[in-house]
Amino acid sequence: MQAKTAKSSLFPYLLWIAFFVIAPIALVVYYSLLDIHGHFTFSNYQAFFSSVYLKMTLSSFWYALLITFFTLLISYPTAYFLTKTKNKQLWLLLIIIPSWINLLLKTYAFIGIFGLYGPINAFIEIIGFDPQQMLFTDASFIFVSVYIFIPFMILPIFNSLDRLNPTLIDASRDLGASSFTTFRRVVLPLTMDGIKSGIQVVFIPALSLFMITRLIAGNRVITLGTAIEQQFLVTQNWGMGSTIAVFLILFMVIIMLITGQKDKGGRVR
Amino acid sequence: MNKLSTSAKIYLTLVFIVLYAPIFYLIFYSFNSGGSMNNFESFTLEHYQAVFEDSRLIVILINTVIVALLSAFISTVIGTLGAIGIVSLKDAKMRNTLLSLNNVLIVSPDVIIGASFLILFTMIGIKLGFVSVLLAHVAFSVPIVVLMVLPKLLEMNSSLIDAALDLGATKKDVMMRVILPYIQPGIFAGFFLALTYSLDDFAVTFFVTGNGFSTLSVEIYSMARAGISLTVNAISGLVFLVTILVVIGYYVMTSRTRKRTEGRP
Repeated sequence: MQAKTAKSSLFPYLLWIAFFVIAPIALVVYYSLLDIHGHFTFSNYQAFFSSVYLKMTLSSFWYALLITFFTLLISYPTAYFLTKTKNKQLWLLLIIIPSWINLLLKTYAFIGIFGLYGPINAFIEIIGFDPQQMLFTDASFIFVSVYIFIPFMILPIFNSLDRLNPTLIDASRDLGASSFTTFRRVVLPLTMDGIKSGIQVVFIPALSLFMITRLIAGNRVITLGTAIEQQFLVTQNWGMGSTIAVFLILFMVIIMLITGQKDKGGRVR
Repeated sequence: MNKLSTSAKIYLTLVFIVLYAPIFYLIFYSFNSGGSMNNFESFTLEHYQAVFEDSRLIVILINTVIVALLSAFISTVIGTLGAIGIVSLKDAKMRNTLLSLNNVLIVSPDVIIGASFLILFTMIGIKLGFVSVLLAHVAFSVPIVVLMVLPKLLEMNSSLIDAALDLGATKKDVMMRVILPYIQPGIFAGFFLALTYSLDDFAVTFFVTGNGFSTLSVEIYSMARAGISLTVNAISGLVFLVTILVVIGYYVMTSRTRKRTEGRP
């Protein structure tokens, strides 16, 4: 009796899986084999291995790597210090709140902040340098992306640090390890899972950013995400767009295998 | 536990300043009577007035809220039922397959979700607009609800159900009076997350929204591409206010249900 109710309750969920999980992936693969007129072809894959697309893929990876690196560099100490504060859950909430403010608004803020007459340039002028155009540069793109991703990186690292048994650190100290050795040999290995899921949560979205590239980097930075958006919505070449998407899915699977995670994690848009 | 050193405090303060500065920068200039985000001339509410007088913007705001509420509600129903179904599956292999499929949309980048849904909707002939955006939001919210409800179901003692059945409860009673009240905090959390995901979504919506329909994120994007407009700043002031209210409301609600469930034996 119980089983029967459960089966029928599964029905809408299975429909959802069929329509919105399996069908979309199948359609992307199918479209990647079509040219712009809808004929079957492998030319999209051929095109992907041309120097233009390979270069773009490489540079997209390079940016994602830089973004992930700086995000981790800032987030780890933050998470570490947060676990040592008195009301750590409250402070964590305060770190998370900015991630709930609409992403577009935060990005828009930087158009003003980095602008030619914005506060950063005003400061530069005060200390005696000439104002510079900071929008539409690689640095501003990376800064804004890091800013967006920081809360998403802090969360898993904070959780893994929080689960860490403090007596292990005491034991390491008692056995004569310096605080650096304790960190390197005890804390870091034990929080590796948090770091890995943090990297996963940042690296994959960083590959597929397209809104920040358009608003902050002008057309200087082209990520895989930007290329997909371009093919689908501007050039209307869904075949090529799908091919890039297929490769993005492949990269995603590889990254997930490397960072080996069963853990969930947030999503960034 | 050892205390924070001064340098650690400075570091944390700096991170907080950097995280909040852009938001307060936006809100600060929303009160600027000058037209830019640089020189603060004098205090004014004209930009807020402009938001409320712009009927197009109001329609978009209403659209955004309707899509968020509807998609959160529908996905909560599908997700909760799905989680109950998954837990009751005896076949462990089947269960794991469903759970892996469940996570696909959570880890997929938004661009791919958006692009593949665009193909899907075009293929089955759904006109791009309200319906496609709603369907897309339901689609990416379902797995989050499942993930929120599942742990609650797993920690539930199955003897509770047996006891209810022994005492003569029908299966509807078991569902309504035993299972659902027990997993209620998970359902709440799922609904709330689905709501925020929908309100926040830009990339997926951007792909599946047609010409006639727009949500707040998409509208802000096109406004931001056109350059600086202090109307956007006023919108951020309002969004910030609503976000804070929702956070407070959520915490009050969850702490109340927590107290209630803790009060139970």
